[in-house]
Amino acid sequence: MVAAPRSTYSCVWGWVVSIDLLALVGAMLTIATPLVWAGIGEVVVERTGILNLGIEGTMYLGAFIGFLAALRTGSPWLGLLAAVVSGVVAGLAMALLTVTLGLNQHVSGLGLTLFLIAVCEFTFRLLYAGERPTLEQKFHTLLPGVAVLNQHWLTYVAFLVLAPAAWWVLRSTGMGYRLHAVGENFEAADVAGISVAATRYVALMVGSALMTVGGAFLTLAVLGSYTLDIINGRGWVCIALVIFAQWRVWPTVFGALIFAVTDALQLQLAITTAFGSIPRELMLALPYLAVITALAVWGRKVRYPGSYLRAYRRG
Amino acid sequence: MSRPHALLELNGVTKRFGDLTANDSVSVSVAAGEVVALLGENGAGKSTLMKILYGLVRPDAGGISMNGQPLHIGSPRDAMSAGIGMVTQEFSLVETMTVTENVALSAVGLGIVDTRAARQRVTAAMERIGVDIEPDRLVSTLSLGERQRVEIVKALFHDCRVLILDEPTAVLTPQDVRALFATIDRLRQTGLGVLFVSHKLREVAEISDRVVVLRRGQLVGERVTSEVGVGELAALMMGVKAAAPVGDTAAAVGLPTEASPDAPAAPDRGESTTAQTPALVLTELTLERHGRSIVDAVTLTVQRGEVVGIAGITGNGQTELMELLCGTEQTTSGRMEVDGVDVTRSDVAGRLAAGLGRLTEDRRGSVVPQLSVEENLVLEDLPTYVRRGLVDRTAIRAHAERLIARFDIVATPAAAVSTLSGGNMQKVLLARALARRPRLLVAAQPTRGLDIGAYQFVHSQLKELRDSGAGLLLISEDLDEMRALCDRIAVLFRGRIVGTLTVEEATSERLGVMMTGEAVPA
Ligand SMILES: Nc1ncnc2c1ncn2[C@@H]1O[C@H](COP(=O)(O)OP(=O)(O)O)[C@@H](O)[C@H]1O
Ligand SMILES: [Mg+2]
Repeated sequence: MVAAPRSTYSCVWGWVVSIDLLALVGAMLTIATPLVWAGIGEVVVERTGILNLGIEGTMYLGAFIGFLAALRTGSPWLGLLAAVVSGVVAGLAMALLTVTLGLNQHVSGLGLTLFLIAVCEFTFRLLYAGERPTLEQKFHTLLPGVAVLNQHWLTYVAFLVLAPAAWWVLRSTGMGYRLHAVGENFEAADVAGISVAATRYVALMVGSALMTVGGAFLTLAVLGSYTLDIINGRGWVCIALVIFAQWRVWPTVFGALIFAVTDALQLQLAITTAFGSIPRELMLALPYLAVITALAVWGRKVRYPGSYLRAYRRG
Repeated sequence: MSRPHALLELNGVTKRFGDLTANDSVSVSVAAGEVVALLGENGAGKSTLMKILYGLVRPDAGGISMNGQPLHIGSPRDAMSAGIGMVTQEFSLVETMTVTENVALSAVGLGIVDTRAARQRVTAAMERIGVDIEPDRLVSTLSLGERQRVEIVKALFHDCRVLILDEPTAVLTPQDVRALFATIDRLRQTGLGVLFVSHKLREVAEISDRVVVLRRGQLVGERVTSEVGVGELAALMMGVKAAAPVGDTAAAVGLPTEASPDAPAAPDRGESTTAQTPALVLTELTLERHGRSIVDAVTLTVQRGEVVGIAGITGNGQTELMELLCGTEQTTSGRMEVDGVDVTRSDVAGRLAAGLGRLTEDRRGSVVPQLSVEENLVLEDLPTYVRRGLVDRTAIRAHAERLIARFDIVATPAAAVSTLSGGNMQKVLLARALARRPRLLVAAQPTRGLDIGAYQFVHSQLKELRDSGAGLLLISEDLDEMRALCDRIAVLFRGRIVGTLTVEEATSERLGVMMTGEAVPA
């Protein structure tokens, strides 16, 4: 046993006491929520062999449309509904490009993301140039004042309803079998009478709707306002998480929690004096580095779905 | 000719792919309780026609009718509800799913799947047609023969009145073929109409009631099987006059001929081989996976100028033995020498340098499909074609042109390999392997799926290589091919060599018994 030098020891001890564990867990759950919604959406889509790089733009769209509708109607519920509808439309657009037209999935997805981000930014500036509109009515947290448990209902639903339901649907239902068969071997699915196009359309519409809920969570529940960089790469994080999770639901949730806990930690540490000397940018990069590390450690021997990135055409 | 009332009919079906007419106004019918064979060389348009019937390909003209009523088939769903089942030429199984999941796939709705009930139904369906496979096994762990049985169970899982089998015997061993034919027979008796697609005359002659011959997309003949000789069928299929000598043809498609009733003459070796190092020496070569011996202490010698065959039922370690030989799999224990050089621990490049040549089973996996013919031809010795760090295009082109001429490859040097037919792709691989003058060639299923012309060509090249003094190890499921080429045949069972016969001793019966694990004293 080598005793640590006293100065290092006290420094590390200083860290530990400065962390408020309950607050950390609470923040972790909130931060993970949009990743769980969008990540599970991406799992649903990628199960059919389609890589939806439109996820980042789709999350922006959900955040923006949800905010806009809630602002105009005064109801966050109508905002959420509008976000979901916009997600279905974004999924349809992606399906049109990659399924019906059979275009390259990378190009289609990146194109969709760039387009949607630009549309959101343009419309926002057009409508509210120079203003900072905020919602009068946003979603409130449940159980206010109770540590850890004072979360938004969308957080409860994400962990307690969405994740188990998605896991069960993918594993035990005919719909899940169909997604799996189309994603692994779409020729075989076709021979078995499963429509490859219809399956992929449905997966893209449902998956994209989940992504928009993830985006709308940020405007309708957390912030109550819209900013131009509101998603800030969370969609890309989901892409990495899904590969890390090898297209499974629970590992995706686990990956989202790793990202979230690192993010929550860096937020806490940033306000403690001991870490004031560390560049802010480095701290901000921490959660992303955590995801990259997780991917490097566990995501290396990944077996991609058999139909990944391929368009299906009959003879 | 009188025939039972047709159950299912294709009328004047035409399908074009660009300039190519894959089916030219073809009409075929099948009655209940009848086995109709669709015979034709590779590329004749058999699969296309069957895919049209199953809704996988949309015809340009023509129609389908069932019991005299026109039937619209726009998708496999339509075909299934009309009572048509199909086993496609390339298997349509999801490897990451279990047997049950695959079989039940076409029957699952959107809601919850009752796995236990599905398993019971699948087990019952398997019992009905005499198949015994553990329903919870992943398809990726099944042998080709087992996969095909799963395919048949799957095709019959919904109420099926017509079953299409597209080249079902291409990957089967003699025993599996027997089992398949017994199944087909049983199905025929229950009143099922069967469309049996094949390019193997003997099988067609044995199993079918009626034969329809396709050639270059056209229907060139229709015969009642009991009234026609195989010679005539061969002639129809290849478009030669029936009067032409069919001895070679018959031999090529695996029929016994008078000239070679059983074994070919022992090859003439020229000089004595006793003083030479053997081309290949395997000593107790073993591969273990998860504690099981997949290749189990294989000891074998191939002399120069000798052809040794490895026979066995699919899945008895042939694939893994091939991987060990090629160096794509690490040997667990034992020793391998090529031309006197120990290559047990060498990588692929080291083995190639020691004089190993290979012709693997998976042709598409042995080429880079997007690269051109000339590029694929030099893939294994690129360093020879590099001058001062740059690829010497002129030399590569010249090399390719020489090989294209010598191996009679129908392609230009610049054509992408993906555009080649199976026969020409195999010729490219053969050319690449032989151009390096290997001292030992290991070849797995070198003629699988090839048409007669390519089949004969590959055999003549392999014989030429043997005569030039190289050793040849041939892994094949085609016993006629084995007898035509080999001096000795070793039988692999559960990864172990259960015996070695000289070609004279290797009758079908004897090999068949050994393939089920019985050692037969030579
Ligand atoms: N989807 C396709 N696109 C273009 N050509 C095709 C396609 N499918 C088949 N062909 C061509 O049609 C011809 C007949 O093919 P196929 O029906 O598979 O023959 P067979 O089953 O008798 O070997 C071949 O020349 C093949 O290359
Ligand atoms: Mg075919």
